[in-house]
Amino acid sequence: MTPNLILFLILALVAVATALGMLFSKNAVYSALFLVLNFVTVAVFYLLLGAPFIAMAQITVYAGAIMVLFLFVIMLLGAERLPDTHVLPWQKPLATVLTVILALESTYLLWTKARPSGAVLPPGAEVNTVDNLRAMAMTLFNDYLLPFEVTSVLLLVAMVGVIVLVRREKGQKS
Amino acid sequence: MNLTSQDYQVLAPYILLTAWACVLLLVDLFIPKERKSVTALLAALGLAVTLGVTLSQVGIEQVGFFNMAALDGFSTFVNALLLVSGILGIALAHGYVKRMGIERGEYYTLLLFSVSGMMLMAQATDLIIVFIALELLSIPLYVLAAFARPQLSSEEAGMKYFLLGAFATGFVVYGTALVFGATGTTSLAGIVAAAASPSTSTLLLTIGAALVLVGFGFKVAAVPFHMWTPDVYQGAPTAVTAFMASGAKIAGFAALLRVFATAFPALAVDMTAVLWALAALTMIVGNVIAISQTDIKRMLAYSSIAHAGYILMAFVPYGNPAVRDVSIAAGLFYLVAYAFTNFGAWGVVIALEKKEEKGLAIADYAGLGRKHPLLAAAMTVFMLSLVGLPPTLGLVGKVYLFRAVIAGGFTGLAIIGVLTSLISAYYYLRVVVTMYMKEGEPETVRETWLSLTTALTAIVTVVFSLLPQSLFEWASTAVLKLF
Repeated sequence: MTPNLILFLILALVAVATALGMLFSKNAVYSALFLVLNFVTVAVFYLLLGAPFIAMAQITVYAGAIMVLFLFVIMLLGAERLPDTHVLPWQKPLATVLTVILALESTYLLWTKARPSGAVLPPGAEVNTVDNLRAMAMTLFNDYLLPFEVTSVLLLVAMVGVIVLVRREKGQKS
Repeated sequence: MNLTSQDYQVLAPYILLTAWACVLLLVDLFIPKERKSVTALLAALGLAVTLGVTLSQVGIEQVGFFNMAALDGFSTFVNALLLVSGILGIALAHGYVKRMGIERGEYYTLLLFSVSGMMLMAQATDLIIVFIALELLSIPLYVLAAFARPQLSSEEAGMKYFLLGAFATGFVVYGTALVFGATGTTSLAGIVAAAASPSTSTLLLTIGAALVLVGFGFKVAAVPFHMWTPDVYQGAPTAVTAFMASGAKIAGFAALLRVFATAFPALAVDMTAVLWALAALTMIVGNVIAISQTDIKRMLAYSSIAHAGYILMAFVPYGNPAVRDVSIAAGLFYLVAYAFTNFGAWGVVIALEKKEEKGLAIADYAGLGRKHPLLAAAMTVFMLSLVGLPPTLGLVGKVYLFRAVIAGGFTGLAIIGVLTSLISAYYYLRVVVTMYMKEGEPETVRETWLSLTTALTAIVTVVFSLLPQSLFEWASTAVLKLF
């Protein structure tokens, strides 16, 4: 066992445990905190894979910004406690079926894709090498320039849309 | 690596329209509340200028932005149609939003953004761009559907459209991910190349393509993914519905045509059967349920579902190179016919609609023939065109479509098309009968732009049906750039 593998196993255990903790916690705030821990563990995975930029982005964006938003919404709505009753009776059987499908899918993928010849590398595979911030920027602002720019327009439109929908006109009752 | 003028030329219409919309967003702030017509005019002007740029690009074939977008005959044709739809949408909305008390400058800006997303979708040659363009066209539509807030039906329409639209987008993303998993690329050209290699998993690719098809099925309202359509079309402000029914459909079908015809020709054997069933089901269900509708907006919503079925027919022979081009041309021709007829019919609905969702029952059209003969005549033209009776564009469109499908060897589907058209005659002609044979005192509004739009679309629907060859020839030049 290499040190990396030991580290990986420990982290994997933490990741799975926190994910389960998030799912089964009855208190929404605890769930959110478990999720933070999970995000951080995943960030360490990225570090292990030699991708420091994605690791830091994971921490700032997910564990930072998005989680603050989650917690804010949870507290704003006062939805800390879930009711104990099951609202959807067909949820459990459906979940069982879907889980089985997912398991079969994963098995199939592992079985067919585990062969070394069939490995598919993403277009930005060089991102995972040294100097990866530079490589990432090169990919983002060359090959993916158009999606990047259009996404900014998309965010602008979404923002305008939200403001249009929630803004109260003068003289209009809420 | 620098962008060249060629890159900018490929996306010139999109860039121009987006820039115009961004500037309009700011300019609108300085336009006083009671003079928002200026915003409408500026928005329409932006669309007209972009239309000019688009028409100047006829005959150019290029790819740009690192193979993310293409400019070809197909995209030019679709872009022109989308821009005309945008102008018609503004013409219909201008008086309507004022009358309904929901006039705000953002209406026109959001419409411009939506059109820009539709155009980008028609030009996309990469699944990532397809996805982002899909969102860019949908998000303004979600907001526009809820624009009559705090009116409950409009809020419901916006919410339903948003939730189901987001769900549908999920299918597109998941499908794209599976296609990427199978081929290692999202570029349409790359997918074609990868599909040819024996090491690519056809199963994954097929599932991915099927999921993309499901997502777009939602957007174009094909059965069984049509559940949202009647509620959303009924609840949204009528001017929005008119634009949504044409624009979103054109863009959705354009993207489907491009993605399937260029990237998935290898899957044609499997996909043809699926598309066949989808088209047949959509035609049957849409037309049959439309019979029992008493609300004109709901009836037209089911009619729009049924027409999605007819347009889907053009996809069925896509894997057969001998008839592919002619069936794509027939599909585009039908989209033109549908867009004009649809805007006209919704225009008449807007002319009769009153505040608080009054004047929307088919029974409210009684006596229109006597009181407003011109409006009734226009509505008759649109109804005939939706059935596919002479002398209208709808008939010509169906003839081309059925001919292409039969040439592709799918006679059974053409027969279903003819039979469902016969069924549809019942409910379309019922509107005509109500207008002319029943007594009533319908009240209509007179607005210059509304009357102009209705008259123009009626004239186009009739005149182009008498000389369809030129339009069809243009549609025939709109072939896709293949890889």
